[in-house]
Order: sequence, then C-alpha cells, then structure tokens
Amino acid sequence: MTASAHVTAGALAPRESRLVPRLLIGLALLLTAVFVVVPMVYIFHRAFAAGWSVFAANIAEPGTLHAIWLTALVAVITVPVNVGFGIAAAWALARFRFPGRKALLVLIEIPFSISPIIAGICYLLLYGRQGLLGPWLLAHDVQILFALPGIVLVTMFVTSPFVVREVLPLMEAQGSEQEQAAVTLGASGWQIFRRVTLPNIRWALLYGAVLCGARAVGEFGGVSVVSGSIRGQTNTLPLQIDLLFNDLNIVGAFAAASTLTLIALVVLVLKAVMESRRG
Amino acid sequence: MTASPPPASPLRAKRVLPGFGLTMGVTLTYVGVIVLLPVVALVLKGAEIGPARFFAILSAPRTLAALQLTLLAAFMATVFNAAYGLLMAWVLVRYDFPGKRILDALMDIPFALPTAVAGLALSALFAGNGWYGALLEPMGFKVVFTIWGVAVAMSFTSIPFVVRAVQPVLEDLDPQYEQAAITLGAHPFTVFRRVIFPAILPAYMVGITLSFARSLGEFGAVVFIAGNLPMKTEIASLLAVIRLEEYDYNGAAAIAMTLLVIALLLLAVSNLAQARALRYKGKTA
Repeated sequence: MTASAHVTAGALAPRESRLVPRLLIGLALLLTAVFVVVPMVYIFHRAFAAGWSVFAANIAEPGTLHAIWLTALVAVITVPVNVGFGIAAAWALARFRFPGRKALLVLIEIPFSISPIIAGICYLLLYGRQGLLGPWLLAHDVQILFALPGIVLVTMFVTSPFVVREVLPLMEAQGSEQEQAAVTLGASGWQIFRRVTLPNIRWALLYGAVLCGARAVGEFGGVSVVSGSIRGQTNTLPLQIDLLFNDLNIVGAFAAASTLTLIALVVLVLKAVMESRRG
Repeated sequence: MTASPPPASPLRAKRVLPGFGLTMGVTLTYVGVIVLLPVVALVLKGAEIGPARFFAILSAPRTLAALQLTLLAAFMATVFNAAYGLLMAWVLVRYDFPGKRILDALMDIPFALPTAVAGLALSALFAGNGWYGALLEPMGFKVVFTIWGVAVAMSFTSIPFVVRAVQPVLEDLDPQYEQAAITLGAHPFTVFRRVIFPAILPAYMVGITLSFARSLGEFGAVVFIAGNLPMKTEIASLLAVIRLEEYDYNGAAAIAMTLLVIALLLLAVSNLAQARALRYKGKTA
C-alpha cells in the first residue's frame, strides 16, 4: 500500500514543486525536535550535569532506593496478574459468543478512558474511611489505602487492558481451527493452551506484558491518591520524583527521572524489535 | 476485529472448546473487582450528594475556575495536536527521507515516558533558567505557572493520538481517486482538500477526540508545570484531590463524577466516529 502511495507522490511531483515536501518535512523535524527529543535529552543532561558520582549518590539516597524497590515490587505483582487476566479474557472473548459480549469489551477498555486520578479517587471512595467498604475494613483491621495493596490495586486498574488488547485481536485473527483439531485429537484444556494457544500468542503476550510493566512503573496520578506518599514507605519512583521536585532537589529528581526514561527507551526498542518479528 | 462470524461456527466452538466457565469467571471477577466496583463507589457517592448540593459544589467559583481552565487548556492542546498530528501523519506516510523510521518511533515517546517525568522535564525546560524559558521569558512570554504551561503539558502527553489515528488510514487510501482528480487538472491542494481530507476525516476526528479526552484527564505532567495556584492554574482533577485531602468527600466526588461523565461522553463520541470511519473504509474497499 505504501508503495502505491509513493507512486502518487511521484505523480504529484511535476506539478507540486519540491519545495512543499521539503518545507513540511523540515517543519515536522523541527517540531518533533522541540517538543519530543529535547525534553528527553534534557532529562539526561540535568541528571548527569554534575557528573556520574553525583548521579550515583542521588540514586543511592535511601528514599530513592526504597522508591525503586517499591516500584519494582508493584510491577512484579501487577504484570503476572494482568497477564493471567489478559489470557482469560482473550480466550473467553475470542473463542465464544455470548450475550453481553460487546458490553464486556467496552468494560475492559474503560480504564483507558478514565483518567488515573479519577481511578484513584474511586478507590479512595471505595476503601477509604468514609467509603463503601471503609467501615468493614476498619472493623477487620485490613489496611488497603496508604499501603502496598492500594498502590497495587490502582496500578492494576490502570494497566488492566494492556495484555487483552494485544492478545485478543491476534487470537481472533488466528481463528480456532487448530484448537478444535486438538480437542478432536483428545487433548485436555491445559494441553491445548500450552501446546497450541500459547506458542501462537507468545509474542503478543510478551509485548502486552512489556507495555503493562512500563505503564505500571510510571503510574503517577492514581497512585498519588491512594499511596499517601509516606516518605520511605509508600513512595513509588514517580512519586519520589514529585517529592524531590517539591523539596527543590532538582538534580535528585532528574536522576530518578532518568531511570524511568531509560526504561521507556528500552520499551520503545523492544517494541520495534517485536513489531519486526510479528512482521 | 470483532466482525460477527457466521452464526453456526461459534455455537459449535462453544460446544467443542473447553474453558468458557473458567475464563469467563476469571474475567468477570477481575473486571468486577478492579474496574467496576471502584467506579460504582464513585457513582453511589455522587448520587448520595443530591442534585442541589451537587450543583452548589460545581458552581462554586474555585470549581468553576478549575473546570474552565481544564477545558480551555485541553482545547488549546488539542488544537496544536490536531495540526501537528496531521502534519506528522502526512510526512510519515507520503514522503521518503533519511531518518524517517526514527521519526516514526519518536512519536511513541510521549506514551512511553511516565507523565511525572514529562512534567519534570517540561517544567524545568520552560522555567526562567531552562533552555526554553531563557529564550521565551525575555520576550515576555511566560509558560511555567500559566495556562500555557498547562496546555504544553497536556499537549505533550497526548501527541501520539492524532498521528496514530490518521497514519493507517492515509496509508490504506486508494490512490485512484487522487489520480483521477490530478488527471482532471485539480491543484494538489484541492486534491488534498476535496479528496484526501474527507477520506481521513472520521479517523482524524477519532484522534482529536481521544487527544482532547486525554488532555482533560492529564494530571502528572500538569501538576509539575502549572504551579497549581487556586483560581488561576489549578486543574479540576487536582482540585478533586485537594478536596479529598480536606476530607470533603462530597466535593471530591462531585468533581470526579463530572470529569468521569465528560470522559465517558467523549468515549461515546470517539466510538461513534470510529464506527463511521469503519463504514467509510467498508465503502471504499
């Protein structure tokens, strides 16, 4: 398809002077440099402006180290759960037709349309002291808000559609002939999944997991509402950046930010690799 | 992706393939507990307030100012992204030049970068001693702590929407209509306006709607650059959080409900536009 588009561009060339494409490309490059590239470069510039040792000292600061650990922990819990959910939802939605299927599809995608900060407020109104389940939780001494469970739950809300969204279209496109054949040959459900389905969807699954993990690591709005931002306890890395920024420790904030930027860049490279693999 | 299959096969599939009960149970439980229950909590809290109090909360000057700032800044950000996104989609699809693949990959950065990181970088860049602020502030143009800063943050975090919505449609466009128009002697700009633009318009509208919705909901990037001055640069979602911190649960719920309803309305609009885009595609294919 792109090839024919180039033919069109070529056909336009004699009438349209070379000036217009050059102007548009130049403008696109300039705007992208100003709005996308420079902000990213600036993060590393500020993080390393005072040299490696200052950077290392900022990262090794106990609050930041703890934030890195907590952020990793949240991702390690969230990603496998969402992978499991993603597989289950994709299987149910791709392989069966049932009433309310469309509504379920919309419901699964809803977290993409709700701002994370609203999600955080929802969780507070559910588990908070004055919330729906607040009194019950208080009576049974269960701590969800301002602790790890709250952070994990909000992160799950925000990242829940990522795996399904990658796996479901692929499973629908592949159809169920191979799986039906396996059933006819007497395979059990677990065997079908492990031998037939999983090898077919593994790259989409991995890609969804990577996107989910990247989002989990960077979540700010939702987590900021439910974590209470207790220093050295419930501060994830993005919250730690905010805290350092408000403490006017700008270099420390940029050092913490540079680690998240590096993760984002790795994700982009992985994305490019996986897209070329999927062809 | 969700095209309805012939009615016979799914019924057979339902009989043949195992795991419907298990996967459906897991899906419904997870969506119910993680997504639905918290949203229901907000809606119940909002319903409990009553229309009169609800309206009083929303029409309070500080709430009005916050809502107005959020909508206006999101509008500004979306106008920029609509122009920039269309330019990027056009350049990436129609022209060949060195570094094109890198430029294409760069379009994903705003989604990949955590919003707090983007907010930090933008606020430092546009501050008086930052690279951009040092250029702009002597000219009397202040970005940080103004509505411009809010708009810049919103714009950055929603850059990919328009590009990624328009790009595939532009790629799949059947060149024969354009060639016909050129053969008939149409000026290239006329071809774009009369042939290409109408074809990409539904997808363009989807991208613009998503970009606007994301801008309205953006929090992380904005709070860094806005300064968050009440009545001036305080966005609505931040005001909701402040109300929570003051234990004013009704105030928080009312503002959050309003933002939720706007978000769901925009979702409905984008779904309608999406349906139109698909119908158009079906007609030309």
